[in-house]
Amino acid sequence: MITILETAPLNTVQDKGRSGYRNLGVGTSGVMDPLAFQVGNVLLDNDPSAACIEVQTFPFVIRFDDITSFAVTGIDAPIALNGRPILPWSVETAAPGDVLHVDMPTVGARGYLCVAGGIDVPVVLGSRSTQLRGSFGGHEGRFLAVGDQIATGPQGAPLSGYGAVPPTVALGLAKDETVTLRAIPATDYLLFTESARQRFWETAWRITPQSNRVGYRLSGTPLTLIKPVELRSYGIVSGIIQVPPAGEPIVQLAEANTAGGYPRIATVIEADLWCLGQARIGRSIRFVECDHQAGVAATGAAAAYLENLRSMADYYRKSTLRRNGGASPRPDRPA
Amino acid sequence: MSADRLNVLEQGQTGGSPVISMIGTRAMLFEAPGAFTMVEQQRIWALMEHARSRTDMEELIPGVTNLMLVFSHPPERPDHVAAWLRQAWQSLPPHQIPGRLFEIGVCYGGALGSDLAAVAAHTGLSPRKIIDLHQAGAYTVCAVASAPGFAYLHGLDSRIATPRKSVPSMNMPAGTVTIGGMQAGISSLSGPNGWNSIGFTEICLFDPRRDSPSLFAIGDRIRFYQKSIEL
Repeated sequence: MITILETAPLNTVQDKGRSGYRNLGVGTSGVMDPLAFQVGNVLLDNDPSAACIEVQTFPFVIRFDDITSFAVTGIDAPIALNGRPILPWSVETAAPGDVLHVDMPTVGARGYLCVAGGIDVPVVLGSRSTQLRGSFGGHEGRFLAVGDQIATGPQGAPLSGYGAVPPTVALGLAKDETVTLRAIPATDYLLFTESARQRFWETAWRITPQSNRVGYRLSGTPLTLIKPVELRSYGIVSGIIQVPPAGEPIVQLAEANTAGGYPRIATVIEADLWCLGQARIGRSIRFVECDHQAGVAATGAAAAYLENLRSMADYYRKSTLRRNGGASPRPDRPA
Repeated sequence: MSADRLNVLEQGQTGGSPVISMIGTRAMLFEAPGAFTMVEQQRIWALMEHARSRTDMEELIPGVTNLMLVFSHPPERPDHVAAWLRQAWQSLPPHQIPGRLFEIGVCYGGALGSDLAAVAAHTGLSPRKIIDLHQAGAYTVCAVASAPGFAYLHGLDSRIATPRKSVPSMNMPAGTVTIGGMQAGISSLSGPNGWNSIGFTEICLFDPRRDSPSLFAIGDRIRFYQKSIEL
């Protein structure tokens, strides 16, 4: 069990998302940074479907009511356990009554509090993710609030003393002010004027304050269509970039409606969506054109990184257990 | 030139052939040519049923005369899938779904149907006439999409079609009976909404605890009748 001591709205329970119900109008929800979420679950030897708390407003303060191994991933931020600074992307074990403070990140926008055994809220329509529009899933279908008590799943022996190299470092991403995202031209690409198409790729689009888990509204010189089009409602997936009549693009994300009607200029590839999830309001993003094959191949780097991490985490878990003279925490699972 | 780009290039050509495009690497959108008719929608349903047989499908999302296919893994050759869809589109008969009939009582007008005046102003018809035409229609659920349990309805009398509002209502209650362009609907959740409200009904369109969370399914038929009128 953990107890929320301090939080602002917008922090929710999430997992990898709710797949299979878009035909009932239910969007996927799920974490905005799937890579950081997976890192947390790999570090803690959790099932890949284990849920976490996505923290996007700070400070976020909780109390652990039981012995709990945990990791905060996704951000670089001042984090303290009972006032003792601890590192993000690292496994620690809290004692009952220990208080965890997560302050405003210096790098990234969304932190993932992952606990061994996962956040244990009921599975609704196949997922533990909070569906805010429908007010279901997660913890009572809403943002976390002060005083909430959240159950955690069963965990093995306590873990600590190892962590992950953050993906920005491991994948060698440049620390530019501008976030670079690869995108594939979509259905209506050629309905935009040639200069609009060119401008789409050349512009450093600014992320406006009207950006959240539903989508990011971008600001820059408006993109114009050759002639206006009236589209019938079609399905939306995360990463699709739509251009409403005013001409400034919107990137639809985790909490998007399942259908929309604006022209589609391009789609951010799945492999780069996590970078967008960590891009803060006010930052600039630039789209780089990519084709299907390159978009598919792009998932390889993150997959290799996670695979390395899995081996490393297995190794450290075993040596921690040897040091502590314990048995395998998960005898039912192969090493 | 990659396969998906080829599909994009087909967009510019109008006429009788469907537009098939990739949305990222794991979704493909099939858009039927031609008008928004029930037959075209039934052909989309036929395509959807046919695509269920594929082993690489994660989700099939019917829209209004279109179908989004979400793959479990990116297809190696999107152009092959597109050819398969195009072939099926040409050969499959429309898939009729008998559906269930829902008769829904509406409190027309009043505070919860406050855009009746705007619909009257746009159409040049009296509020009374709009209400008559709205409840005379036989509606069919084309797709459940956008918000949990929201049904896009075909069958609105074109005389009362009214464009979406330029300024959406900030907090329209669930159960509001609406008109959005040529489409009719009932809002399934409370929240911002750009469609025109003409009345209110108390049915619950979505409950995740029900065995079948969405009240409506594609193919269901809906008739509205007046419970009350407040002008």
